[in-house]
Amino acid sequence: MATKRPRPRMGNVKSPSLGRPVTDDDDRTRFGRERGGSSRTVVGLLVAASLTLITVDAASGEDSPIDPARAVVGNIVGPIESTTATAVRPFHETLAYFSSNDDLRADVARLSAQNSRLRADVEQVPLDRNRLAELDGLTTTAGQTDYALVAARVVAMGPMQSFSRTVTIDAGTSSGIHQNMTVLNNDGLVGRVISATRTTANVVLVLDTDSVVGGRLGSNMEIGFLRGRGVTSDRGRLDLDLVDHSVAPAKGDVVVTWGSQHSKPYVAGIPIGKVESVYSTPRELAKHAVIDPFVDFTSLDVVGVVVPRRTQGDRLVINGLANKSGGRR
Amino acid sequence: MNLQRTGVAGIVVLVAVILQVAVFNLFSVNGVVPNLALVVVVAASIARGAQFGAVVGFVAGLLLDLAPPADHVAGRWALALVLIAILAGRVRADARRSPIAGLATVAVCSFIATSVFALSGVVLGDHGLAAGEMMQVIGIALLWDIAVAPLLLPGLVAFFERTRPAELAL
Repeated sequence: MATKRPRPRMGNVKSPSLGRPVTDDDDRTRFGRERGGSSRTVVGLLVAASLTLITVDAASGEDSPIDPARAVVGNIVGPIESTTATAVRPFHETLAYFSSNDDLRADVARLSAQNSRLRADVEQVPLDRNRLAELDGLTTTAGQTDYALVAARVVAMGPMQSFSRTVTIDAGTSSGIHQNMTVLNNDGLVGRVISATRTTANVVLVLDTDSVVGGRLGSNMEIGFLRGRGVTSDRGRLDLDLVDHSVAPAKGDVVVTWGSQHSKPYVAGIPIGKVESVYSTPRELAKHAVIDPFVDFTSLDVVGVVVPRRTQGDRLVINGLANKSGGRR
Repeated sequence: MNLQRTGVAGIVVLVAVILQVAVFNLFSVNGVVPNLALVVVVAASIARGAQFGAVVGFVAGLLLDLAPPADHVAGRWALALVLIAILAGRVRADARRSPIAGLATVAVCSFIATSVFALSGVVLGDHGLAAGEMMQVIGIALLWDIAVAPLLLPGLVAFFERTRPAELAL
């Protein structure tokens, strides 16, 4: 087909030597034609359509008319993303195997440093025991609250070019996952579900600049708000603003979720991170703290979604009761 | 026949978007991945002009705005990609002559598209980021797009030229 098409054109031109310039000429006329008339209308219409879409979606807030379209696209594209992610997972694991040697070396260095630090910490055991009792109480509360988990895997991650930190997980409403449910993993709080289709759900990470989580300091039970920085460096950070301005957070303090009404979007007592540094600006009295989250957001894989205990779905629901199998978190 | 060609172009766009969110996150640098959809739009514009490029750009942008992990206001990527399609259409005669010019087109388009997206976010107050971090993201995205463009652009331009409607070839 590709070889056939030039022939009649050569015939029309009646001079084979003009074959190459003709295509260029052809381009030029097409290029010229595109600058006027109908094509300009089409392009203008598309720009106008984009602007209208932005206006409609931005102006309507929570109840956007774009949402049905989002749901339709999600229902179609979501399963394709899940399949693709499953297909490339062995490749991902092979890469991880090759890079693990360096990681192990780094681990040895890190662990020996940690070991010497821990040895120093042992001297402070009596002081820390008090704090530990409080923390332990908190985690027990988390275990006793009435929730269960549905396990899911991360199949897609929004590009940073979109300046938002969101991921897609491969479980949706068919597994009992709905909007505003807490998402966590073995290490701590991951984020919350912002939308769910039948087979997938979108999760906004706590790192996102639009994410605000109520947090509580483990040592003195003070409450505050954690905002994501959306930062692009290898480990994201959160900013903590305490409600009580007179309290200064201590470095190394653990921050857990404070919990929302009816446990939506966040259930109480989920560890978020620990205080990395404390700073204050001359303009304000309040002290701000930078929180280093426990979760490594660059290598998210298996996550759990907190669902009501009686949830029925096409996936196994891990009940909070099964503490002995380590299913507390 | 025309419907079939449109379908194939649509599948190329869909594949680019899915690779971008589901596969390339394994190689992401600080969360930034190569913007394959953008390379497809630039290739479409270079091969068949601003009008066709703008249509491909609108569809690809809409898909980026609506497909699962997206959480931002819909239409922002659509606007950014339509604008770069117009730009790439303007310089297509030069961009087709030398590979370097094609690469430069991708680089400029990448910078403009990510910047337009970032600015629309600032205007709407949607997922704002500090200016310095935005520049960092735009810079990494630019390097990524320059890195993947030589591998993809010639093939994609050839593909879109091959699927050019028969009446234009006569």
